[in-house]
Amino acid sequence: MDYYLSEELREIRDLCAQIADEVVRPAREDLDRENRFPTEIMRVFAESDLFRIYIPEEHDGLGLGVLALCVATEEISKVCGGVAVCYAANALGAMPILLSGNEEQKKRYLPLLASGEKLAAFGLTEPDAGSDAGAIKTMAIRDEKDGSYVLNGTKQWITNGGEAGIYTVIAVTDPSRGTRGASAFIVEDGTPGFSYGKKEDKMGIRASATRELVFEDCRVPAENLIGKEGMGFIIAMKTLDHSRPGVAAQAVGIAQGALDEALRYASQRKQFGQRIDSFQGIQFMLADMATQVEAARALAYSAARMIDAGARRFEKESAMAKVFASDVAMRVTTDAVQILGGYGYMREYPVEKMMRDAKITQIYEGTNQIQRSVIATALIRETAARGR
Amino acid sequence: MRIVVAMKQVPDTTDVRIDEERGTLVREGVPAIMNPFDAYALEEGLRWRDALGWPVIALTMGPPQAMEMLREAVSIGADEALLLSDRAFAGADTWATAHTIASAVEKLGDVAMVLTGKQAIDGDTAQTGPGIAAALDWPQLTFVGRVSEVAGDHVTVERYVEGGCEVLRCPLPALLTILKDANVPRMPSIRGKMKARKMEIPVWGLEELGLEEGEVGLEGSPTRVVRIRTPEMRGGGEIHEGEPEELARLLADRLLGEREPS
Ligand SMILES: Cc1cc2nc3c(=O)[nH]c(=O)nc-3n(C[C@H](O)[C@H](O)[C@H](O)COP(=O)(O)OP(=O)(O)OC[C@H]3O[C@@H](n4cnc5c(N)ncnc54)[C@H](O)[C@@H]3O)c2cc1C
Repeated sequence: MDYYLSEELREIRDLCAQIADEVVRPAREDLDRENRFPTEIMRVFAESDLFRIYIPEEHDGLGLGVLALCVATEEISKVCGGVAVCYAANALGAMPILLSGNEEQKKRYLPLLASGEKLAAFGLTEPDAGSDAGAIKTMAIRDEKDGSYVLNGTKQWITNGGEAGIYTVIAVTDPSRGTRGASAFIVEDGTPGFSYGKKEDKMGIRASATRELVFEDCRVPAENLIGKEGMGFIIAMKTLDHSRPGVAAQAVGIAQGALDEALRYASQRKQFGQRIDSFQGIQFMLADMATQVEAARALAYSAARMIDAGARRFEKESAMAKVFASDVAMRVTTDAVQILGGYGYMREYPVEKMMRDAKITQIYEGTNQIQRSVIATALIRETAARGR
Repeated sequence: MRIVVAMKQVPDTTDVRIDEERGTLVREGVPAIMNPFDAYALEEGLRWRDALGWPVIALTMGPPQAMEMLREAVSIGADEALLLSDRAFAGADTWATAHTIASAVEKLGDVAMVLTGKQAIDGDTAQTGPGIAAALDWPQLTFVGRVSEVAGDHVTVERYVEGGCEVLRCPLPALLTILKDANVPRMPSIRGKMKARKMEIPVWGLEELGLEEGEVGLEGSPTRVVRIRTPEMRGGGEIHEGEPEELARLLADRLLGEREPS
């Protein structure tokens, strides 16, 4: 389907497709097998300005917004969902600064992220606080002497953990106030008292680093507080509302990559003396896969366009895009493995990796159950508002 | 000081055919690409631009469509581009091409190095680079596998020649033809693409170069392609397995037999 993307977006799409094909494709199998972070590929992304896409022009970015980020993420995901999340998690980590940072913070950090000199990460989840993000226990106690904050606690499963230079971290500043007692901080790699725990061994997106962030009396200067005390939870939710179309785009890309592999294979594989794509059973699978991928893409782009157009509320649309696209990715990659038969189950062919990579899109940045809650809550609220 | 990268738009050889009657390559319907070897020349230019600050000018002689390739060069990082295009340039052999490009380099002035690829994948002559050097009366360093130093007035390179490597130092200005061992070409960038899309690329023809019709294009070409054909495929080899002695005897018999056909 033609989405009539602007010339700039088409350029970004073509460039990302070229980089994905020439730089990511040859590396993806080893990165996956060795659980290795693609440092060299991130450098290529940086030199090609991919980290500038979502950063405003006044901070050395290109100011192209969420749709452009989605287009880039999708193209990279077609080839490797793992490398794509290493990329997209930077936008997630930068988002609190972009949305709620003050001028000083933007001036200091955004150019470093735009150039790719530093990567970013977003730290919300903890061992006992996943879907229930309000249950976080990491504390940030203000030192009245100089206004600085002392952080203690552990963040879990943080994408780009240990690789990023700049972390946006949500911690509790006032335990008596519940979700209104959390605040967002910028923590730089190398800050005394800040270290990394174990790196996870994952089912999929194995090129990405998923790691613990450990804070032990880690002192963060007052100027690293994002927004005001107590805004942490709101900032986190706004961040995720902005970034979920990116997860949707990752899912669309993975699904498209698997569909392309299935199409190619089905045109070559012969059984019963015929190409398997001549069997209606396979044809209908392919037709359904393609239709689902296109619908997911349309939803992801629409949500992204809505955000870029300056919509005030879009958590419902953002959640819809994420939930739909990730469910599509899981189904389509599973069907791609089916179409490749036993070969699809083998590491030699890329579709089993795509199936493993697809699964995470239903889990992170809010599980699909949580997305459905977000959608339903919005629906009920909208209905009530109409009734009034 | 500046660096000129002389490059060529060529048909993608993965599916090029030969028109034996007309003695030319069939270009219709074949996508035109940047000569792959020229990507290494461009990268080498950009590396030294990054180190020394000398701007890189991507230059080509070709039809108006070659502008596309120049825009690609700018998207990869070339600072400027220049197209040499004129009806009169059509049908040029390597001598006329080198002569035309050399006049442009002279007119540009202040050029420290001209870089080209090892050869173009359509003609495969490897003559144009050296031809430019000859026309400019500059030293030429061909088959450069590594440029180890560019200083204000000289360049040090490693030439990869059969069976070894020559380390040469040469005064500037000079012409270098670059091998793919020299570097890994960078990817285009988004800002580069935006710049390339908007850039006004100058076109120089006969008039701008101050040349006469007789010294360019087909008229200015001392050589003519008489015939062009695809050579017959050589027959496949044979594979024998067995004990070394037995195989040595078989080989010896065969070689001796070929010398004196029995
Ligand atoms: C590879 C990876 C990378 C990640 N990267 C980051 C990162 O960069 N930053 C970060 O902060 N976090 C990150 N996370 C954490 C991720 O966002 C959480 O895993 C996710 O939010 C779910 O939390 P949980 O795993 O604790 O599951 P739980 O919340 O324990 O959920 C378990 C199950 O219960 C369901 N469930 C929970 N509550 C409800 C409910 N109210 N109604 C219905 N069902 C419910 C869930 O849907 C799920 O099926 C990452 C996780 C992974 C695996």
